[in-house]
Amino acid sequence: MIPFLLRRLWQSLILLAIVSMIGFAILYLAPGGPMSQFAQSAQMSQEDLDRIARQLGLDRTLPVQYWDWLLRMLSGDWGRSFRDNSPVWSVIGSHLRATFELMAVSTLIAIALGCWIGILGAIRRYSIFDMVATVGAMVALSIPTFWFGLIAIYLFSVQLGWLPAGNRQTIGDGSFLDVAHHLIAPALVLALVETAIWARFMRSAMLDVIGQDYIRTARAKGLPEQAVLRGHAMRNALLPLITLAGLQFPTLLGGALVTETVFTWPGMGRLFLDSVEYRDYPVVMGILMFSAVMVLLGSLLADMLYAVADPRIRMG
Amino acid sequence: MTDATGLIDLADTRAGSEHKSAWSRFRRHKLAMAGAATIAILVLGSFLGPYLLPFDDTHIDVMHRFAPPLSGAHVLGTDELGRDILARLMMGGRISLAIGFTAMAIAIAAGTGVGMIAGYYGGIIGSLLMRFVDAILCFPTIFLLLALAALVKPGLLSMTLLIAATSWMNVARIVEAQIRALRDQDYAVAARAMGASSFRIMWRNLLPNAVASIVVAATLNVAKAILLESYVSFLGYGIQPPNASWGNMLNNAQIYLSSAPWLAIMPGLAITLAVTSFNFVGDGLRDALDPRMEIS
Repeated sequence: MIPFLLRRLWQSLILLAIVSMIGFAILYLAPGGPMSQFAQSAQMSQEDLDRIARQLGLDRTLPVQYWDWLLRMLSGDWGRSFRDNSPVWSVIGSHLRATFELMAVSTLIAIALGCWIGILGAIRRYSIFDMVATVGAMVALSIPTFWFGLIAIYLFSVQLGWLPAGNRQTIGDGSFLDVAHHLIAPALVLALVETAIWARFMRSAMLDVIGQDYIRTARAKGLPEQAVLRGHAMRNALLPLITLAGLQFPTLLGGALVTETVFTWPGMGRLFLDSVEYRDYPVVMGILMFSAVMVLLGSLLADMLYAVADPRIRMG
Repeated sequence: MTDATGLIDLADTRAGSEHKSAWSRFRRHKLAMAGAATIAILVLGSFLGPYLLPFDDTHIDVMHRFAPPLSGAHVLGTDELGRDILARLMMGGRISLAIGFTAMAIAIAAGTGVGMIAGYYGGIIGSLLMRFVDAILCFPTIFLLLALAALVKPGLLSMTLLIAATSWMNVARIVEAQIRALRDQDYAVAARAMGASSFRIMWRNLLPNAVASIVVAATLNVAKAILLESYVSFLGYGIQPPNASWGNMLNNAQIYLSSAPWLAIMPGLAITLAVTSFNFVGDGLRDALDPRMEIS
């Protein structure tokens, strides 16, 4: 198992290096590049700009600049926000909790619902339930998340008045119930696409397992169907879900961005959009790099967990 | 070269018979057929419809602002400036569908090129290219797309190119896997032994075998491109008013949600309808073109 983990770790490091190069390239594509902050102010003469460029080390060759930038990123110095001059790292940090709260709750909803739908669909294959679930999952995958959010706000906030139309809590109230009340709509909206993905994946994983020899053996030795499904089929079908959880991470983050926009949820997605609006490139680049690193770590973690859970992988 | 041509002819006839049974398999897939019909209607409606309507999509009818659907001359109502929503849906459909198809075509070309080279040559070139693909896939598509969209002047061309630039990677992965599996097959080895160039082997012998997967990926990519366009335009960085796109029609809809909900409902339904249709067609094509999978 150790060689497998080391190999996987090595692959992630190479990926991280390429990811950082892409991040650096985008930073240089920005109008004015790292100088845009100063170029916008009218009092600066070309001479001043040149001096700042020299002070920032922008007259050096690109590989040297990249290396310098990389070292700073690694040491936690991600630059400062153009907006309030606070470190990018702390700006991102202050928005993380809201996003993770939203992602965690909707992932839990999606896994519970998706697995249930997928397993039931596989067991009762081609039943009415299965047909409706399959078509429903496809439609759910096709609905734009932000539009579904708008419809949810219209129905449950505007028409019925059951749920708040946005924000994380009522101002002056931060009790658990209040926060939970605000969380329901965005979490369900974000969970829609996720549920569909989990259900489709679970259905095919379960169908795969049901066709295996050991299931036939279990049935042949006279185990009741419930025991076969619970003890043999489901435990094996749940394994690949670890991988899916890792693979789903980028989609989940992207979905969170869109959901947060509609529900004015003060998380990373909202911060990203505001920063794009203000042309606050350090924060934009910071979030871009941060999310890519999170995705990398997520898939690494998923692979490691899988190796722990499934002995067949470790040997390979 | 005559022998090489013979090989290809053989492959062609086989592809022909497969094509026939694939079509009959596709026809049995009711949802895919419905999807294909819906796409045809949406395309025809968007491109011909505006000629049949008495209203221009940018015509401002100040007397009839916020007219609800089915309440007068405007069948689907009007928006906050009194523009006819049906006309805007059709013109927006032109843009959204055009972006969807064009971005898909560019993404397929780029992805196929990269995947083919990476899969055929393998080794350092192959793994470098594929690690590059993996690295881009680490960035959530929407984040990458928005960051890039904010850097350029928004417009039809830049939107199309950016969506293509952020969606070719899955095609590259699919093509790379196929070509890598096929490059050491007997017929490829034989073609190489007869002196066919690498390009000829890739283009004439290997690529035709990957067409089925590419066609499925292409269909799903159109669906994805339409969704991405709607996200970016909704957030204000895509197609700019007064031009309509399904995404930017929703841009202002949130403000008027309580007074004029139809502003939000109509464009969203159009997006969902189009994307669902492409996804169903993609599903049907996958079942039809891959005989190993059984038909549901």
